[in-house]
Amino acid sequence: MDNFIKRYPLWSLIIILLVAAFLWLVLASWPPELVASWGRKQIFLNALLGGITLGALYFLVAAGFTLIFGLMRIVNLAHGSLFLIGGYLGYEIATASGSWLLAFPVVFIVVGLIGLLMQFFIFSKMEGEELRQTLVSIGLSIVFADLMLWWWGGQSYSILAPQFLQGPMELPLVSNVNASTGAVIWLRYPAVRIWILVAAIVIGVAMWLVLNRTTLGMLIRAGVDDREMLAASGVRIHIVFLAVFGFGAGLAGVAGIIGGTFQSLSPGEDTRFLLASLVVVIVGGMGSIVGAALGALIIGVAEQMGFVYAPTYSIVLTFLIMAAVLAFRPQGLLGTRR
Amino acid sequence: MSVVDQAPRFASPVDQRMWSERIPAPWWIFGLILLLLPIVANDFWLFQVLGWTFILGMIGLSLMFLAGYGGMVSLLQMSIAGMAGYMVAILGPSGAANVSLGLSWWIVLPAAFLIAALFATISGALAVRTDGIYTIMITLAIAAAFFYFTRQNYSVFNGYSGFNLVLPPKLFGVNWRDPLPFYYLSLGCAVLCYGAVVYLARAPFGLALQGVRDNPRRMAALGFNVTAHRVAAYALASVFASTGGILLVWQNAQIAPGTIGVSSAIDVLVVAVVGGMRRPLGPFIGAFIYVLLQVFSTDILGFFGFAADRFKLIIGIGFLAIVLFSPDGVLGLWDRWRAGVAARKAATTGGGA
Repeated sequence: MDNFIKRYPLWSLIIILLVAAFLWLVLASWPPELVASWGRKQIFLNALLGGITLGALYFLVAAGFTLIFGLMRIVNLAHGSLFLIGGYLGYEIATASGSWLLAFPVVFIVVGLIGLLMQFFIFSKMEGEELRQTLVSIGLSIVFADLMLWWWGGQSYSILAPQFLQGPMELPLVSNVNASTGAVIWLRYPAVRIWILVAAIVIGVAMWLVLNRTTLGMLIRAGVDDREMLAASGVRIHIVFLAVFGFGAGLAGVAGIIGGTFQSLSPGEDTRFLLASLVVVIVGGMGSIVGAALGALIIGVAEQMGFVYAPTYSIVLTFLIMAAVLAFRPQGLLGTRR
Repeated sequence: MSVVDQAPRFASPVDQRMWSERIPAPWWIFGLILLLLPIVANDFWLFQVLGWTFILGMIGLSLMFLAGYGGMVSLLQMSIAGMAGYMVAILGPSGAANVSLGLSWWIVLPAAFLIAALFATISGALAVRTDGIYTIMITLAIAAAFFYFTRQNYSVFNGYSGFNLVLPPKLFGVNWRDPLPFYYLSLGCAVLCYGAVVYLARAPFGLALQGVRDNPRRMAALGFNVTAHRVAAYALASVFASTGGILLVWQNAQIAPGTIGVSSAIDVLVVAVVGGMRRPLGPFIGAFIYVLLQVFSTDILGFFGFAADRFKLIIGIGFLAIVLFSPDGVLGLWDRWRAGVAARKAATTGGGA
């Protein structure tokens, strides 16, 4: 930190000023001139929180994608299909059993199993042939998409959040100050989104801990760096591969339930989330969990902000971020060149 | 996959024959059949089946050029075709009179090719910043961004509804959308594109590109600019894709974001892979199979007792089967069958005597 300030004094100043301005925008009550030019503070805060929670969802999908890519060099373009399968299964389980929470472990196991089968029967047979694996995953995504369209039809489904997560909750953020009485009005935000954000952070931290503090994590990190050498030193690398693929797939499935709870599930969502994870991983850096979190946050917030303040060009904003990252740092913000 | 290990087939330097004599006889027969086909085929076959085959084949050909000779599997080619098609609709006359400029064809066509080439060059320059498997991810992301952009933007791309009534100019008093003229138009364009790729593959640029595909570091050490060759390949491939895209707009008389969606981008890849990405003929064969399956899906699926809308399932399973069992496509199957026949012949005649 001190080193960074010493080496780049100008950049540090700019970053500190930006962070201060951002904190002021979030915490302070906006003066009337700002409200006149930017709209009410509530809109800004809602867009920001919407972006962060969307980023949390993107992170859950992209984390599995980036982990699988980092370790096995498989660009699994069927990842979006796993997301949608998880969502549909979660819907079925939640409506059949009436328990939203029960859907999570069941979907994690079932979709994880699908991932295990894909890795065991298909991808492991063509190890090292990256392009062929990618083509196979495209074929799988076409087949999955049509099977799901066949079974669940073209209508959109929405998973109902349980009672204790419904309704808004008050956040310690000033939304507005009543001019005549001086009373502070706090921001109210849907509780389920806040809890999903918390859950994503917990999962992210847990993944980081597993990767950096356990033997399994050590094996995975070693495999990302040099899998031949890891295999040569006696590790049964195929079991590590299976575990990572199953975990990544299960995570995508769980993300499907969450996506179905705060948005909706319909054919085409698979490609949408596949593309979101592609962009997140390209921006954040391929194979890096922290990069996926950073990329998801940037893309989620950019998408929501663009949606609120420049509706016609929101997709262009996301794309420009990706293009800028590719132009100046092709390996992604936190990626390493290999 | 084996897209990357084709040895360039040189024309022998001592070959003094005329160019027409170097083309083997089966090709002449095949060409004659294609030329005389309108005598027997009806309008539906000429316009829908074969016209569409040539168009899809040309777009697939641009992917084959990039993937087979350049080692860059780009999912962008449908977007480039769509960009050219959109430009024809935007600059020329169309049903959406408030957006279209209605310029005449001799401005519209060069401009469409130029803008599509510019789009391809810029996207290509972004995509070649990284190489290998990343290309597929980046081009897919760019293709999707273009799709969503055309859907959101109403001032230029007319948003969700797109453009309809985009008709080809009535050049020489011919209505080029009539089945017979359109068949010959698309056949002519396809032959030109095919010939161009065959020529390019043996031209210095094509050989350098194949060198870049096989060993970029060695080529760089020899003084070739690797990045420039790759970006130039994107720009060149855009010409084939644009030709296909413009013909596609004329055939359908309309273009909308759905034409260039992610699934269409993947269809182009399916076409090229199923046909085989090692030779320029592959995409056309793949396109023919794809179009036949699409057009006759009702009958085929009905035969197996499925509903007609399971077309994508058939395509997906067929694609999976090809990728799993014959990575170099239908042409690869054909090559192996011929090699097998030749080996058996050699065995029966006593070792190739």
